[in-house]
This record gives sequence, C-alpha cells and structure tokens, in this order.
Amino acid sequence: MGRIVGLTGDETAAEVMRQINPDVLAAYPITPQTETVQRFSEFVADGKVSTEMVRVESEQSAMSACIGAAAAGARAMTATSANGLALMWEIVYIAASCRLPIAMVVVNRALSGPINIHCDHSDSMGARDSGWIQIYSENCQEIYDNLIQAVRIGENREVLLPVMVTFDGFIISHCTERLELLEDKKVRDFVGEYKNSYPLLNVDNPITYGPLDLFDYYFEHKRQQIEAMEKVPQVIQRVGEEFEKLSGRTYSLMEEYKTEDADFILVAAGSTAGTVKTAIEELREEGIKAGLLKIRVFRPFPVAKICQVLKKAKAVAVLDRSASFGAQGGPIFLEVRSALFGEERKLPVINYIYGLGGRDISIEQIKGVYRNLQKIADTGKVKKLVDCIGLRE
Amino acid sequence: MKEKGWKEIPIGGLILKAGNAEEYKTGDWRTFRPVRDEEKCTNCLICWIYCPDSSIIVEDGKVKGIRYDYCKGCGICATECPVEAIKMVEESEFRKKGGE
Repeated sequence: MGRIVGLTGDETAAEVMRQINPDVLAAYPITPQTETVQRFSEFVADGKVSTEMVRVESEQSAMSACIGAAAAGARAMTATSANGLALMWEIVYIAASCRLPIAMVVVNRALSGPINIHCDHSDSMGARDSGWIQIYSENCQEIYDNLIQAVRIGENREVLLPVMVTFDGFIISHCTERLELLEDKKVRDFVGEYKNSYPLLNVDNPITYGPLDLFDYYFEHKRQQIEAMEKVPQVIQRVGEEFEKLSGRTYSLMEEYKTEDADFILVAAGSTAGTVKTAIEELREEGIKAGLLKIRVFRPFPVAKICQVLKKAKAVAVLDRSASFGAQGGPIFLEVRSALFGEERKLPVINYIYGLGGRDISIEQIKGVYRNLQKIADTGKVKKLVDCIGLRE
Repeated sequence: MKEKGWKEIPIGGLILKAGNAEEYKTGDWRTFRPVRDEEKCTNCLICWIYCPDSSIIVEDGKVKGIRYDYCKGCGICATECPVEAIKMVEESEFRKKGGE
C-alpha cells in the first residue's frame, strides 16, 4: 500500500528521487532548491539509495556531470533554481542536443537582478528554447507524479530528451502539503532501468559524443530535435494513462478545470492554478461561467489541444509569471495567442503579468481578471492587451 | 562523400564508428599546395617525419607522392626540406595552370 504523508515541495522532490534511485545525482545547492538536495544527500549517507552523488562546485559542473553520466549509460538527475539554472545555461542546451534524457528539478525562482530568492517563472521560461521538455507542477502531489513520469517520457526511445519538472519556489517548495506516495517497488518498476543504446563506456564499440558539427550537419541534427519534440505529446499521453492505472491520478498535456461550459477562461501555470480554481468556485456561485486551462506541459506546447479548449470561450486571459522584455507579452501569452491565430472566430486574448519576485496574487485579483473578461465580452473592446496584476503605479 | 539527410544520421551528433576520420577528406581546406620536385628530392624522409597529417606517401624507403585528400597545406614539409625540393604553390594558381 502507498502512504499518505505531509511533505514540502522540496522534500517531495527528494523523496521521489529516493524512490527512483538514479545512478547519478550531481547538484549544487541554491535557494529555494536547497532542501531537495540536502535531504537527498541524507538518503545517500544513510544508504537508502545506491546513487553516486557528485558534489560539484557549480551548476555548470552539475549539468556537465549529468551529461557525462548519462552518456556513459547512467540515469542522471539534478536540481536547481534561477541563477543556478542560468549558470548551467550552455550545458543545458548541450544535454538536449546530445539527446540525453536527464531529469532536472527546477524550483522556480526569480532571476537576478536585483537579487531575489522568491518565485517567478523567469528562470525556466528563459530555457524554453533549450530543447528540454518542460512540465510545470501545481502542488506537491504533482511534483511527485510529474517526476516519476518525466523519467519515462524523456527516456522513451522516440523521444530521448531531457526533462525539466518545475514547481514554485517557497509557495510550494517550502509549504507542507498532503500527498499520496506509491510503494517504492511500484515506482521502481514503473520507471524501469535506463538503457542507453549508445553508452560511452562500451569499449567494444567506441563512439563519439559531442563532435564538431558545422554547416554540413548541424541543421540536420536540429531537425531531429524538432522531430523528437513532436513525438513527445503522444508519449506524455501514453505514460499518463499508464501512470493513472498505477496511481488513480489522471495526467494529460494540460488540465481543464470547468472549461466545458466556460465563457471566460484563464490560462495559468504553477501554483497559481490552485488559486484560480478557488476563484472559479466563488464566481460560479455568482453565476459566472469561469474556467481554467492549466498549462502542465509548456514544451512542447500543445497547440491543437489548447485551441480545442479555448476556441469556445468568449474571452481568454493568460497569466504569466514572467516578463519577456521587448515582446508583446509574457511567454505563455505569446504561445496561446499565436495558437489561436489560426481559428476562424477572432477571440479576445489578453495578458496579465503577475507575481514577479514572489509577489502574491489573491483570489480577489483573479476574480478581477474574470470581471474584466466579462466587460470585454460585453463591449467587444480590449482596453489594454497586456497589463500587470498587483503592481504599484 | 554524399551528405545524408536528417533521417539517415545518428541522433545527437553521435559518431558510432571509431577511426572514421579517414573518411573525412580534409584536403579541401588547403590554400597552398606542396609541389615536390622529384629530381631534387634525396629521399631523406624528413618531410615524412614532420608531416602532421601523414600525407607523405612513402614506399620502400622512397617518397612516392603526397596525399592531397588530407594535406591541409601547412607548409611544414617545404620549410623542413633540406634541399628545397618542395615548393608551396597557391592552390588557385596551380588550378589555373591546369592542375587537378
């Protein structure tokens, strides 16, 4: 039987990594990821895992060690946040282009500067073109479930891409929540054994990773990465269905909350999705047909599915917990609006930037967004395409 | 070598066979071509010793020619030749004069 426990987000990530028992974990501590690695190092010290833990001197080394380990044939994992992810940057891209299915926990934190340790999505959103699969988690249960599935998704033969599983710094990483754990054996059976088809340590068949790749072949290798990403949605679907049989919990590319009859739909990722659900409950009591489309998988972006859900709405608002400086709006907004461009009916889609540097967003503020959508539907006019929530003028 | 399409090559830029640098003809990097004067050559083999790309063809202790598929035209052979039997000729000049 599984167990019901109370864990913080960081503890959850450590606990599920204990169950996965990766061959190698290389990480450097950074707030608010620290407790994940700290707790995992206790598991290593207590002999609860057989993982080779590499205590590196920087995140750049952490990702490098993961790449070396994965190329050698090991299942490798790491965890980081914000500036740590930024320091990894170069190697993050190399992991994806070497097609090494490393799983990385990213505890979302605002990128400097000015220096800030609290939540926003500027770190992982900045890495959205790095070739990694990105899965956003709303709560501790989702961290647990997403990490188990991430291993299978990334290591799928048709995919072979690294996967980032993110959750909101402090809001989730440091808050204790109830969650259900599966038995160790069930998790280990589910993830199975990582089998690299081209292990670097096979001395009978020496191969080369990461050679120089110029104008003659680099383009072809990028095309392969595009192809691999295109395979991901169906793999996520299949792994999700299999995971449902194991856990009873359903996972797809995204989550729909009361969207079926919704006039007004918000699009959000991360912990705020939970706040939006509460706002929806209250608005529905007032007779307002509010709904939520929660982004679970941001890379690859599930265009067709998202259009299917949103096209019936009267108006849509996208909540972005990061800014894309100089762009028309936040990263999720740009994707959603672009996806809907192909629809016959022109649908008003507006954008709110919120929660930068860990600023809270309240139920009342979210209700305000729905009320604005109502106004837009009534008047047919969008006063401001991109706005901020909770910002002092 | 005919270049392959994206569906035909190993993923991730992997090279799945060892020792395949031989298949990669690096001779087209060359700007200057070493041209050997057979009459001046004393077969001392100093060029063969110094060539960083094993591009001097030697048979039975005698220089038989230069492997232009791999010679990058660095000019070390011409510099080291004690009897000035090797001259570096600009590739474009060589071709203009009807060379290969």
